Amino acid sequence: MIPAAFEYARAESIDHAIELLGGADDAKILAGGHSLLPLMKTRLAQPSLLVDISRIGDLSYVREDGDMVAIGALTRHHDVANSELLQQVAPIVADTASRIGDPQVRHVGTIGGSIAHADPAGDMGTVMVALGAQFAISAAAGATRTVAAGDFFQGLFQADLAANEVLTEIRVPKTSGGWSYLKFNRRAIDWAMVGVAAVQQNGSAAVALTNMGETPLRAAGVEEALAGGADPATASARADEGAAPPSDAFGSAEYRREVSKVLVRRALEETLG
Amino acid sequence: MTNVSVTVNGQSREADVEPRTLLVYFLRETLGLTGTNVGCDTSTCGSCTVLVDGESVKSCTMLAAQADGRDVTTIEAMAHGDTMHPIQDAFHRNHGLQCGYCTPGMVMAAASYLQENPTPTEEDVREALEGNLCRCTGYQNIVKSILDAAGSMSGAPETTRA
Ligand SMILES: Cc1cc2nc3c(=O)[nH]c(=O)nc-3n(C[C@H](O)[C@H](O)[C@H](O)COP(=O)(O)OP(=O)(O)OC[C@H]3O[C@@H](n4cnc5c(N)ncnc54)[C@H](O)[C@@H]3O)c2cc1C
Ligand code: FES
Ligand code: FES
Repeated sequence: MIPAAFEYARAESIDHAIELLGGADDAKILAGGHSLLPLMKTRLAQPSLLVDISRIGDLSYVREDGDMVAIGALTRHHDVANSELLQQVAPIVADTASRIGDPQVRHVGTIGGSIAHADPAGDMGTVMVALGAQFAISAAAGATRTVAAGDFFQGLFQADLAANEVLTEIRVPKTSGGWSYLKFNRRAIDWAMVGVAAVQQNGSAAVALTNMGETPLRAAGVEEALAGGADPATASARADEGAAPPSDAFGSAEYRREVSKVLVRRALEETLG
Repeated sequence: MTNVSVTVNGQSREADVEPRTLLVYFLRETLGLTGTNVGCDTSTCGSCTVLVDGESVKSCTMLAAQADGRDVTTIEAMAHGDTMHPIQDAFHRNHGLQCGYCTPGMVMAAASYLQENPTPTEEDVREALEGNLCRCTGYQNIVKSILDAAGSMSGAPETTRA
């Protein structure tokens, strides 16, 4: 399968990328290409211009920033997974990255691409929502802004990111409490049919769900029950409150609702136990 | 057209290609290196696995332009003359292939992984092959071959590893 024809341009810097993106109405950023190229090969996406940002030198890093950890948008899943800093102070991020796709995918796909793509079946967005991560975005004329993960995901493959903006950095809080990211699938290579991220932070637990709606979702009912003193088994019964899971070849919406309750209970037992 | 200049198996190769040219077709059709197979063409099966800067990559899911300026290694570079690479030799001795279609990808995925972890357990090897499908062998002898190769490459006696 061959993508439709397009022009290719390589960005030297963030500003250069933003300038190049102005070159066509339907221009797209290319990071690892591990979400975009499969869509282009099946012609579900046919951008007329790809702006390759993967050679921008200084967007691949993991570093301490006070009580946060800053991760460059071009950091590959492989490097996120193997970052000793993340393993120590934000282990849910490293662990989740180590279970995205397969080794070949992790050698190319980036954390920024994963988040910007806003795929409801993607793992990293859910973890970001549970952690309350912050995303740094660069726009035209040197403008920058920061968006909270909870506000970033707006719909199916839709993020708060204009066509000529670049996600540059992901900032996650350091965590010292329990955590868990569980995903349920039938075959090792499948994406999460349902996923659950749970993080214990400052005495309370944050819980978020993968593939239970058009965006990563906060499991507000579960969090409320836990805050009221409920145990994991009781709280997890509210896992699918406010969710709108899809029905597809992998499972019906009803099935996903049931799976989400079981996974939330297991994730809470791991996190709080 | 975009100019792509890649070091392939130690030789620098250059061509003007359409930007949409995928790395696997650049290797197979532009350079005539047909050892790398296309199986699924949908990023799933891993039969198109090559090394880019020493790390395994699915070449059906990368543009040739993304490999510009990089170092690509394909199955053709593994043997030296008639001497097979230890991983190939281990596949040969352990019957790690039947039809052989997945084998170039399996060997390249193993080469990348053994560099990262020279002393894997059986479970490690099974996880490392998550991105490589085989429709013939049931994986048993592939895993055995890679454990055997790990043993011979790190100098340990093969029998303690297989
Ligand atoms: C076989 C396979 C299995 C996979 N399994 C999983 C899995 O289990 N879980 C999972 O979560 N993911 C999975 N993925 C997806 C993988 O994580 C991708 O790497 C990731 O979704 C996209 O990252 P990328 O760098 O490849 O982005 P690209 O494909 O290059 O880009 C994706 C989208 O984001 C935009 N974009 C990229 N970077 C930026 C940026 N910095 N700023 C603004 N926009 C940007 C692009 O324009 C594009 O629209 C899988 C992929 C494959 C091929
Ligand atoms: S042909 Fe590339 S993964 Fe199957
Ligand atoms: S040996 Fe036939 S597909 Fe693996």
